[in-house]
Amino acid sequence: MKVKLFKSRFFRSKQIVAGMLIVLVNVFMALFAPLISTYSVDDMDFLNIFAHPGEGGHILGSDDYGRDIYSRLVYGSRISLLVGVVAVGIGLIFGSVVGVISGYFGGFVDSLIMRIMDALLSFPYVLLAIAMMAVLGAGLFNAMLAIGIVMIPSFSRVVRSAVINVKNEEFITAARSMGASHMWIIFQHVVPNIFPVLIIYASLNFAGAVISEATLSFLGLGIQPPTPSWGSMLAEAKNYLQTAPHMAIFPGVAILITCLGFNLLGDGLRDILDPRMRS
Amino acid sequence: MAKYFVKRVVQVIPTLLFVLVTVFLIMKMIPGDPAMVLLGPEARAEDVARFRSQLGLDKPVPVQFFLYLKSVLSGNLGRSLIYKQDVLSLIIERFPTTLVLSVSALFIAVVIGIPFGILAATKHNTITDLIITTLALIGISIPIFWFGMMLIILFSLKLGWLPAVGLGSIRNGLWDVVSHLILPSLALGLLSIGTIARFTRSSMLEVLRQDYIRTARAKGLKKPLVLYRHALRNALIPVITVIGLQLGNLLAGAVLTETVFALPGLGKLMVDGIFRRDYLLVQGEVLFIAVLYIFVNLLVDITYAFVNPRIRQSYRGV
Repeated sequence: MKVKLFKSRFFRSKQIVAGMLIVLVNVFMALFAPLISTYSVDDMDFLNIFAHPGEGGHILGSDDYGRDIYSRLVYGSRISLLVGVVAVGIGLIFGSVVGVISGYFGGFVDSLIMRIMDALLSFPYVLLAIAMMAVLGAGLFNAMLAIGIVMIPSFSRVVRSAVINVKNEEFITAARSMGASHMWIIFQHVVPNIFPVLIIYASLNFAGAVISEATLSFLGLGIQPPTPSWGSMLAEAKNYLQTAPHMAIFPGVAILITCLGFNLLGDGLRDILDPRMRS
Repeated sequence: MAKYFVKRVVQVIPTLLFVLVTVFLIMKMIPGDPAMVLLGPEARAEDVARFRSQLGLDKPVPVQFFLYLKSVLSGNLGRSLIYKQDVLSLIIERFPTTLVLSVSALFIAVVIGIPFGILAATKHNTITDLIITTLALIGISIPIFWFGMMLIILFSLKLGWLPAVGLGSIRNGLWDVVSHLILPSLALGLLSIGTIARFTRSSMLEVLRQDYIRTARAKGLKKPLVLYRHALRNALIPVITVIGLQLGNLLAGAVLTETVFALPGLGKLMVDGIFRRDYLLVQGEVLFIAVLYIFVNLLVDITYAFVNPRIRQSYRGV
């Protein structure tokens, strides 16, 4: 698609603009966390434990240690974005390599790879991540790794079908007939053509990664306290639903808004980039 | 039809085999000596050694896999370290809770998701459509465990309408059981409501664009009749697949819901197993859910073929 046309459609879509705005706010929060937070993440205000929103100078209240929830949320966005970028990166890179090899070369290699990917897809997504964390052990690095690996099969499937669509185009046949090597064709013709699909899928999976991280941390398998991750904040909040419901409300709202942003963006991009998938 | 059935069933075999390999390999990734880990820190050295040879850990990895395969096929998933009980019997004991939870969540998702999907499609590009699609998108962006916590805060702690945790007992009447199920099913079902509504909407829109719908309208049939007799019947066929796939995800999502609502199902069993390093229990459960998921998918595919004349036709006389 022409850049100008893309630009005009991009900014005309309310969905994309809304999604983009939410994503940018998130990035801003993560980058400038020290500037926009009102407390340090570990500051314990013992005189104001379980402060309700607005009390004792805590905009969104404080938790069981008197730590400022707003500031922890701001810093928590760093974890969410980091996990999203690394996990989606792992899924995207390895999934693309597998998908391109499978789709481009076809034949026995394709059947073998796709059987393996199907087997991995036959585990419910969350379950596979949980099982991997059970073995690898809790922690930020392992969480990113597990979420990323779990994404590989679905990425590879999407890339594979995109590659198969491109492969039969006439310009590929033309390039082959002019003696272009496979490598050259893959990087010059195939990869640029599957790029839109990759962007859409990466954006939608980013939301999935944020939720997965929260899920693993909530179960106690992901990011460990006292590091402020939205999931681990919810894990602590679970014990104080009666006394301090605000501890549970705000981290969840943060996850919801972030995921909504990436889903809006992904959905919107799908509408303008991939007319076949348009609903 | 019979040919399709056989083909689809045969296809399951390699998938099952790969799943077994994966589960086996995941457990191979446990750092350290599995025998020592499995027996726990109090085990004596000679017990560990005997256990090693019992598990076949002193043999090469391929041999180990075949030993594992053999024991799984004979229904032996090992013994749980914490419960001192056969893993399979533990799973079967806890499974009904998870199943009831998942099925009632699916029921809620279908009953709410499909009508909203249809409504959004028939009111395409209106404010109703926008509201429904936005709500559905919010639905798939919410972590289910958080939604569960919100439901507890609102309906149990603030309003006091429904119990927050645990399983009801039939001895206290049917309402006790149902009331304990409402919040967890709603929490678990939310994700699927969004997915099913979105899918129903796009499937319905796709069908409404077809020529035969225009023909039906053109020959003077009333709009509701065309909508429900012609369009809906065809639009719902692909939705079946999505509903089936949801059941698999719900079984896995139950892990979280059970944690929030303290329900004694498979999910709770697994989380306990992970924290107490009961690897055989975790391994057995992962295998159980994956196999269940595969069979649910198989069932969905066969149902799909059964209701979709195009697939049925293409296998006739082949």
